[in-house]
Amino acid sequence: MPKSLFEKVWEAHSVRKLANGQTQLLIGTHLIHEVTSPQAFGMLRDLGLKVLMPHRTFATVDHIVPTNELVEPYQDPLAQAMMDELRKNCAQFGVTFFDRATGKQGIVHIVGPEQGITQPGTTIACGDSHTSTHGAFGAIAFGIGTSQVRDVLATQTMALGALKVRRIEVNGKLRAGVYAKDVILHIIRVLGVNGGTGFAYEYAGSVFDGFSMEERMTVCNMSIEGGARVGYVNPDETTFAYLKGRPYSPQGAAWDAAVARWKSFASDPGCRYDDVVKIDAADIAPTVTWGINPGQGISITENIPDPAKATSDDDKAGIIEALAYMKLPAGAPIKGTKINVAFLGSCTNGRLSDFQEVAKYIKGRKVAPGVRAIAVPGSQIVALQCEKLGLDKILSEAGFEWRAAGCSMCLAMNPDKLIGDELCASSSNRNFKGRQGSITGRTVLMSPVMVAAAAVTGHVADAREVFAVN
Amino acid sequence: MALDKITQVSGRGVYVPGNDIDTDRIIPARFMKCVTFDGLGEFLFFDVRHTPEGKPTGHPIDRPEHKGAKILLSGANFGCGSSREHAPQAIHKAGFRAMIAENFAEIFFGNSTTLGIPCVNASREDIAKVAAAIAANPALEVTVDVAALEVRFGADKIKVTQRETARDALVNGRWDAIGELLDGVPAVKATAAKLPYLAA
Repeated sequence: MPKSLFEKVWEAHSVRKLANGQTQLLIGTHLIHEVTSPQAFGMLRDLGLKVLMPHRTFATVDHIVPTNELVEPYQDPLAQAMMDELRKNCAQFGVTFFDRATGKQGIVHIVGPEQGITQPGTTIACGDSHTSTHGAFGAIAFGIGTSQVRDVLATQTMALGALKVRRIEVNGKLRAGVYAKDVILHIIRVLGVNGGTGFAYEYAGSVFDGFSMEERMTVCNMSIEGGARVGYVNPDETTFAYLKGRPYSPQGAAWDAAVARWKSFASDPGCRYDDVVKIDAADIAPTVTWGINPGQGISITENIPDPAKATSDDDKAGIIEALAYMKLPAGAPIKGTKINVAFLGSCTNGRLSDFQEVAKYIKGRKVAPGVRAIAVPGSQIVALQCEKLGLDKILSEAGFEWRAAGCSMCLAMNPDKLIGDELCASSSNRNFKGRQGSITGRTVLMSPVMVAAAAVTGHVADAREVFAVN
Repeated sequence: MALDKITQVSGRGVYVPGNDIDTDRIIPARFMKCVTFDGLGEFLFFDVRHTPEGKPTGHPIDRPEHKGAKILLSGANFGCGSSREHAPQAIHKAGFRAMIAENFAEIFFGNSTTLGIPCVNASREDIAKVAAAIAANPALEVTVDVAALEVRFGADKIKVTQRETARDALVNGRWDAIGELLDGVPAVKATAAKLPYLAA
């Protein structure tokens, strides 16, 4: 019987049925970071347990690291304490730690792929909801809580029920100036922020076939913003080409065997899906959010919703709450909304291609007066790649501060924060109230090139006009 | 590791209205700069309970009549966003022992169940009914009956639903799976041995 990738990976990793009907699922790769692991190691100590497969556990530090302070101890003693704790735990339990001194540190969802740790047909877990990113490689990757981090450390498994699978096909050709970020913001707008609850999303169609791995990662990354804990793309030649020669990729004869195996995990033609959604690529425009969740998005040419025209009471209440927080006028164009901060980076859009695309358009331009602009590479390796190409100089000359790798202003657990009700044009993934570190701070999500357009004009702008993209 | 069988939770309720209440709102990220979960309870919903100047906003959970409430009611997609277990930990440490909402976000639901906090789904109309009863009498005892899948309040009751695997785990005292997972370690090793990428 033809099967989906999800079913095949699930079956290959099923250990046994548990008493409550869930499955004990083997997690082949466990990624950990400083925020959600210390309590898990604490529980391990309390229970007198060890890490079952330290060679399948990889750590990095990303959420709390300052991006403009490289020497420890950090000024923030709480950040330093978390750093120390992770270092101690990795040493004590024999876990590989991509610390800053290794030159391989970065956001966990950028480090896994660039090291070749993230591979097709595998299961991955990490105490971070954006773990869905790794699905870009045809892995089944779950964001988990700290108790489950403990479970995976101690047993390399967790208790889980199988998900349904929704295939989302995007076919046709994306219009000029439309990026992977717009594709996922559009999908979430169409299916809703909780439309994916209980589902794994399988992204497919000609648009995904043509996407690079980095573009696929951007889409899979935000699956959780649509409620789907898991999102994936079937592995293909693009996937294999990306993985070839990476530090943890199989080498020599093992490489060919691995590729053959990886191919076998791709969804079979004619397999059953619980739901299928088809989207025409031509319907997708550069998309920006206007509200307080990632589903509250519109095309850059549309107007901010008006509660008077809401389709339901719920919709109306949602618009009123969001506009009150965002301090945006109902019914006005989103284009032209003044910004205070521009943020490039995050696990969604902090990869080489993101900075390359921005540099291409921003070269010779200047960030508008009064706009604070920062560019934060997703990893030390991304930083180095950018610096070798001189992208850091192009961005710096334009007026972006070029920083060290980390999560930075995506969630502002480090010193990079909005102040007061500043409005940030952001390439990150969440526009929740207070997300970027100020209780009244405002976030408008968009693609990196749209962030660049906002930065140089000082307001939310259509990058196609600003940079004459056509 | 013997766990309590959580068949029902009784206590006063508090209604926090709204849809899509995300985990950043439940526990803002700056309070996660910690290496234990201790003390998270006081930071629950912190940024909606306080003005930017730090004054109380009169959030439902701060109202004197709701002090000591054990049951939290809310709208749709409660707990969306980040996978931070700090969110249900903060809810638990603030004294809540059960939640009723139209529905819950996937990861949050799993995290809460693993901590032994039942999350049950009810229709919007029924949640409004319970909320109205609490508003009329904040001292009203509300019982979330996980075994019978109903919520009782005063002389009234509503039907609720819950994923069967979670209900089974709660009522049979196996909501924290660690013990059972550890028992399966020999089988884990056998499954791993069949997967080339897991070779040591």
